[in-house]
Amino acid sequence: MSLLEKNVFEIAEAIRAREVSVAEATRACLEAIERVEPAVRAYVSVDADGALRRAAELDAKLQAGETIGPLGGVPIAVKDNMVVRGGETTCASRILSGFISPYDATVVERVCAAGAVVLGKTNLDEFAMGSSTENSAVAPTRNPWDTERVPGGSSGGSAAAVAARLAFGAIGSDTGGSIRLPASFCGVTGLKPTYGRVSRYGLVAFASSLDQIGTLTRDVRDTALLLGVMAGHDPMDSTSVDEPVPDYLGALDGRDLAGLTIGMPVEYFGAGIEPETERAVRGAIDELRGLGAEVVEIGLPHLEYANAAYYIICTAEASSNLARYDGVRYGLRARDEDVLGMYQTSREAGFGPEVKRRILLGTYVLSAGYYDAYYLKALKVRTLIKQDFDKAFEKVDLIVAPVSPSTAFKIGEKVSDPLTMYLTDIYTISLNLAGLPGLSVPCGFDGKGLPAGLQLIGKPFAEATILKVGHAYQQATDWHTRVPPTAAVGNGGA
Amino acid sequence: MKEIGIEDVEHVAMLARLELSSEEKQTMTSHLRDILRYVEKLNELDTETVEPTAHILPVRNVARPDTLRPSLDPTEVLKNAPKRTGELFQVPRVVE
Repeated sequence: MSLLEKNVFEIAEAIRAREVSVAEATRACLEAIERVEPAVRAYVSVDADGALRRAAELDAKLQAGETIGPLGGVPIAVKDNMVVRGGETTCASRILSGFISPYDATVVERVCAAGAVVLGKTNLDEFAMGSSTENSAVAPTRNPWDTERVPGGSSGGSAAAVAARLAFGAIGSDTGGSIRLPASFCGVTGLKPTYGRVSRYGLVAFASSLDQIGTLTRDVRDTALLLGVMAGHDPMDSTSVDEPVPDYLGALDGRDLAGLTIGMPVEYFGAGIEPETERAVRGAIDELRGLGAEVVEIGLPHLEYANAAYYIICTAEASSNLARYDGVRYGLRARDEDVLGMYQTSREAGFGPEVKRRILLGTYVLSAGYYDAYYLKALKVRTLIKQDFDKAFEKVDLIVAPVSPSTAFKIGEKVSDPLTMYLTDIYTISLNLAGLPGLSVPCGFDGKGLPAGLQLIGKPFAEATILKVGHAYQQATDWHTRVPPTAAVGNGGA
Repeated sequence: MKEIGIEDVEHVAMLARLELSSEEKQTMTSHLRDILRYVEKLNELDTETVEPTAHILPVRNVARPDTLRPSLDPTEVLKNAPKRTGELFQVPRVVE
């Protein structure tokens, strides 16, 4: 069996038992990247030397009888909008090309303290703005299930890397569905935790009231393992919440869901969802019922307004956050005879079309005369969306829904029509507006052999509940074990 | 509400310090018009008595003790500067 067939949990166990060295695990990934990466383009940069140096250090510690942590020796990938000290962080944008971080993001520090090896930085839509990873200034990432199709976005590189076995697990970020959508399109497991559950120190800000860091892994047990390491208060992020971190692995207790009530929002199964995706999701809900859960219909009447509110709020916040790219302290500086010209030409040359579009829209909705009509209105609708969930959670323990109305679409299919692209996120966005945790698990395939995803939505800080249900589902099904045709293992490799 | 026109795009581009080409101005105007038409949907909802939610957490004014701690290493930070003079960022002249 190839080392790469193991998941995070298994490879950590094999390293602990000294069956595999950290160097062997790391080399297996680097060799897989060498072989398969040209077809997938999951990475923006790979730090082979750094990863091997780190592996040697960890092996030396093991040799000396030291323990190296719960992620001891596990090679992982990090989305290129989180900083790793001494390496490049580009956000797949020309404006940050060459930026070397003088510090580690808190999540990077935590996974490394737990023994992980960072292989490299994964591709994304520029500044995490997009749903397909086509907005990367580097190259679009390709879906390992069909390389003519997108992996979803914006954490498309992280999802594709895990699906193609080019890393054992990956870290991503989710502002409107950027972990869950690519997880669903690539057939992997993706978690967006509750807003505030994981520190965002060192995550390049896109929309600060919506951004959250999470995981992309092969199964729910790996998610639980990684989340346990990453979660918790951080004095460097005042929006990280000082709530105790439960034992997520301990919450995965078999496949009996008796006593749990699951809400099924009628609005998520209306017009617009592809029949094959709907069939897969309904099949998964039947499975959960079979495991003992009670499924009841609920209403989330303001769902249809979530996208409109989201694209006002996220662009408003982005226009403010991205004001920092001015050519002064870091990043690209174009012409610099005068200050105004320096700002304008640097930003014009440095940002891609989608980023400019969002900056313009965000500036517009915040500008004099439009603030109340757009921005304030969107904030009020956000309240209504949150109230829908609050009301639903009085009756149910969690909510199930599709992740996306369709499976992965073709590269180039939606890129010229921003509004159609925005509607890809219709089922994921409301969770960011309400701050709720959401887990995407593979739940079947369509006729084209493309994976579909089931979304499990929890109450704030109730990650343990959705992980328990996701784990039970994966005990009863094998969708998450399927290997895509373009991967470093199975079918004779790529 | 009045539909967004090219002069509005020029105005916000100036506010956002983006120097758009004339072709970009055209496409952006048409894309923004589509998106703004779509978000008009929010006006179907009566929100007269609804409080806005700017932030989902009930946190307010997070403070920490005012104690000294090391900052980032200036040499490393300045390595990213497009232009620098010694320990300073160098920018075009701002005041005559």
